[in-house]
Amino acid sequence: MDYYKTDIEQLHSDLVAGKTTSADLTDATFKAIAAKDDDVQAFLALNEETATKDAQDQDAQGIAADATLAGIPVAIKDNIVTKDLTTTAASKMLANFVPIYDATVIERLRQAGMIVVGKTNMDEFAMGSSTENSAFKTTKNAWDHTKVPGGSSGGSAAAVASGEVLVALGSDTGGSIRQPAAFNGIVGFKPTYGRVSRWGLIAFGSSLDAIGTLTRSVRDSAHVMNAIVGADERDTTTVPRAQEDLGAKIGQSIKGMKIALPKEYLGEGVDAGVRERIEAAAEQFRAMGATVETVSLPHTQYAVPTYYIIASSEASSNLQRFDGIRYGFRAKDVQSLESVYVRSRSEGFGDEVKRRIMLGTFSLSAGFYDAYFKKAAQVRTLISRDFEDVFKDYDLVMGPTTPTPAFEVGSKVTDPLTMYMNDILTIPVNLAGLPAASINGGFVDGMPIGLQLIGKAFDEATIYQAAAAFEDANDYKDQTPGGQN
Amino acid sequence: MITKESVAHVAGLAKLQFTDEELQHFTGQLDEILNMVDQLSEVDTEDVPVTTQNVVLENVLRADEATMVTPRAELMRNVPTEKDGLIQVPAIIDKEED
Repeated sequence: MDYYKTDIEQLHSDLVAGKTTSADLTDATFKAIAAKDDDVQAFLALNEETATKDAQDQDAQGIAADATLAGIPVAIKDNIVTKDLTTTAASKMLANFVPIYDATVIERLRQAGMIVVGKTNMDEFAMGSSTENSAFKTTKNAWDHTKVPGGSSGGSAAAVASGEVLVALGSDTGGSIRQPAAFNGIVGFKPTYGRVSRWGLIAFGSSLDAIGTLTRSVRDSAHVMNAIVGADERDTTTVPRAQEDLGAKIGQSIKGMKIALPKEYLGEGVDAGVRERIEAAAEQFRAMGATVETVSLPHTQYAVPTYYIIASSEASSNLQRFDGIRYGFRAKDVQSLESVYVRSRSEGFGDEVKRRIMLGTFSLSAGFYDAYFKKAAQVRTLISRDFEDVFKDYDLVMGPTTPTPAFEVGSKVTDPLTMYMNDILTIPVNLAGLPAASINGGFVDGMPIGLQLIGKAFDEATIYQAAAAFEDANDYKDQTPGGQN
Repeated sequence: MITKESVAHVAGLAKLQFTDEELQHFTGQLDEILNMVDQLSEVDTEDVPVTTQNVVLENVLRADEATMVTPRAELMRNVPTEKDGLIQVPAIIDKEED
């Protein structure tokens, strides 16, 4: 079994035909992890015993012809709670936390018959763009182990790109699925806000957080997304909708599609090699019969400050729950209740988490609320309106996912501002609640770069249509780390 | 320019404590971040409403029906220290103030 040479539909047909079993796939997955993860460091916890039993159960009950995902292994970002399987959010605060319930997305994947093989590394509480903010380990980029895998879903991205697993779940608050997908040359998908239940996702920025997929192919992404979408009574921000196939338009021609390319997405700070790949992608779309025209999203330059105020404010509120009382880290030798709170939080959180709690608390504090939080929430409206204006005339927005390919481990981690600017092209999507994908847009100096496609709210199908057309027209997916075939 | 004193005040609100050296370091970094954020002041937001969430739903209701909830023993599973089935914490009332 070689995950570089297969996909969900192939595995499913092999499972149904009896050419392989879920137990064999699961065993092969753990062997691949054992062979590669000493270098890649993508996993924080493995679920070997339970996964093996779950796989045997799937085999025993038989893989139904319409159960596309049944018996196929999946990795889960470690901020999505999994019953009886340690879930840390890569924080010392939750180092020993064993959830007593499954997140809705996990329930749905289990319902579909998927096998949860383990939990992947990330920036602590999903705060970061390189996975270097993990309290436990530094994950490496699948293509070059001296480079970062991106973040915060860096473990999920590196695990998929290294061929350890075929698919993984991640979360995206400001680009945390799309940016690591871009850095590792795979497909990252962030759905519309309200499409997927956040119940059981350890909260960071509740008005921005979205659970999505990291996969090697566009079709695999649609298969897994279809399994996790839908309203959930336990997350009242999920939007009830008739059942739909997000991949319904995959394979259809994009002739006549109207694509917008914002000039701000190819502006200052965007690497020349990246710009060249995106312009080449625009040409390819034109050759397929789509129109690609330059537009303006004038408030793009304000996205980073707007995001850091809003996300940090929400985080400072969400992270109040970590008080050392009911669960999580409690400092030793504390003498008073106040010092349980203060010392547990001060010893349990890492620096980036503290920075954001501080920024958020400051932005919400008396005397600063209007100038910071309220101002950012108003600029957020203007950023959403930019997209609304463009989507009056266009079906999709395209651009790079990140200004540059993956950077060196250690090169930005001590400079928060430089790290934050890396997210400028992914953040606007979260502020506006829109769906977006990052797919492999080619290579610059041997490193993959991401082509980002942004859709109208709840129009994931058009993103998948264009993404599949681009993927099919190129051989990027067949190129793999450590030897481009 | 944010001062070390205001950073210490915010730390208190957030239930965090820093050494003097850490406070110096965080003050510098927060100052840089707030300088970056200050570019928002150049945006005209007169009469622009705030966006705090993107979902158009209002008043999401469900039936008020009793359901089985998580058993008590399960809920206690991640409690750092317990005694007689209760969560154990240090003294809340300072004896000297009695």
